[in-house]
Amino acid sequence: MIEINDIRKSYGDKRAVDGISFKVNEGEILGFLGPNGAGKSTTLNIITGYLSADSGVAKIDGTDILAEPIKAKKDIGFLPEIPPLYLEMTVLEYLNFVYDLNGCKLPRKQHLKEICEVVKIWDVGHRLIKNLSKGYRQRVGIAQALIGNPKVLIFDEPTIGLDPRQIIEIRNLIKMLGREHTIILSTHILPEVQAVCDRIVVINKGKIVADEKTEDLINAVDGSRKLVAKIVGPEDEVLKALRSIGGMKSADVIGKRDTDSVSYLLESEDRIDIRKPLFYTLSSKGWPLIGLEGVELSLEDIFIRLVGKEKEKETAKKLKRGVK
Amino acid sequence: MFAIYMRELKSYFLTPIGYIFCGMFLVVSGMAFSQCTLLAQSTSSIGEYFLWMMVIFSILIPLLTMKLFSEDRKTRTDQILLTSPVSVTGIVMGKYLAALTVFGATFVANSFNFVLLFKYGTPNMVSIFMNIFGIFLLGAAFIAIGLLLSSMTENQLIAAVSAMGVNVAMLLISLLAGEVESSFWRTVIKWFSVIDRFTPFTNQMLDVSAIVYYISLAAIALFLTTRVIEKRRWA
Repeated sequence: MIEINDIRKSYGDKRAVDGISFKVNEGEILGFLGPNGAGKSTTLNIITGYLSADSGVAKIDGTDILAEPIKAKKDIGFLPEIPPLYLEMTVLEYLNFVYDLNGCKLPRKQHLKEICEVVKIWDVGHRLIKNLSKGYRQRVGIAQALIGNPKVLIFDEPTIGLDPRQIIEIRNLIKMLGREHTIILSTHILPEVQAVCDRIVVINKGKIVADEKTEDLINAVDGSRKLVAKIVGPEDEVLKALRSIGGMKSADVIGKRDTDSVSYLLESEDRIDIRKPLFYTLSSKGWPLIGLEGVELSLEDIFIRLVGKEKEKETAKKLKRGVK
Repeated sequence: MFAIYMRELKSYFLTPIGYIFCGMFLVVSGMAFSQCTLLAQSTSSIGEYFLWMMVIFSILIPLLTMKLFSEDRKTRTDQILLTSPVSVTGIVMGKYLAALTVFGATFVANSFNFVLLFKYGTPNMVSIFMNIFGIFLLGAAFIAIGLLLSSMTENQLIAAVSAMGVNVAMLLISLLAGEVESSFWRTVIKWFSVIDRFTPFTNQMLDVSAIVYYISLAAIALFLTTRVIEKRRWA
């Protein structure tokens, strides 16, 4: 549905996007991940036709966005990083404007009402956009992207600046939209991608560093799992026993929460599950395990590992060339 | 294009700018009109009034055009326009025609001033109509120039002041012609001078070259506006 091939874009001397290629299949939700300044927004702006690439091709449903922009743009709903809202208009005036702008042919009243109900803004339809909260403005931004029922939806950081309850609502909404649309979701929040996306493309400094299914990527970079265990028992002895468990990479105290329990951060060797041996060791000693939870891998961890791998590859290539 | 036209048109009156433009236009123009005709007790000095109109246009029209593109760029609403299935020419024309409509409507309202003249004398109808036609073309060209300058910045004030500067310069350029010795340059300057091009209208002549001049001026400015927007996409 979306196909981009070897896209490059520079701003003066700075290369923002450096040969990015990927495909998004119909009905897929793609997570587009990268740190700030990685080139995410530039890539999305190229796909949507807001910017032109220096070279490379972006196609929407087989239509080149540069060669036939009007045809291609009809298939795209886009929520930019800053929602493009006219603050002096009411929500319904604005949505009617976008409806006309897109030359939408669906029954106007019914279509707009459906969208407002999906993103839950029907009750603020007659309010001025400038008087709405950040969360509502974001929803209006999503609503405008849905007008005309486009095949492709592109969301650039849709949950930024929202409170946790709103974040969950927007995520669920995107998940629901994914049933009928092809979606690219740009973000730098990992749990968001894990919760919503089928596949992840990670970019750094304008280049793709990973393009894999969500589970595969998480597993690939998360070979060694981290756990936090809350154990009641003499600290030194517990630590000694933990470190003696086979497959344990490290065990450290990270805090004492209650009067008699201590929290430990445990890290296992790659692809080894230490939960069972942990349980048996503690039960044999008679030390109650009163809490055990996994530590979620942060996006920073993923980047450090992925970018680290890239650097290793580059160094290996250089060394090879040197040998030749 | 029609959606953009309607939105811009409404936007003028959802913000104070539309009212300020209409109000100032009618008040200042009314004052100039009464000074040049009623108080001068003459209908033959109508040409002087239109000279004043040129000065008023060069200052007031930038108020109408200053926000057209600069505000979109500042608030990033240009993203919704440029990612919608509308051509850049459609966007530019939608905004241009919206400004032209507000200007035209105020202009028509202002033309009722001339009805007053019939109460006091027998003014030359042909002269009035030719002048009105000419000055409308001039206003249309100034709007296009203002639109072009608005597309070049995201600061409304800069857009307005630079447009005023260009308009006033185009009015004053004819004064320069008198100072230039070379007849070639004098001809060139006169060709570009907005006032010199207006003379046929004052003389009740339907000069095609003058009409073409004003329309070309607007068309070139509109074309350059589309190029500025296209170029930014490639920047």
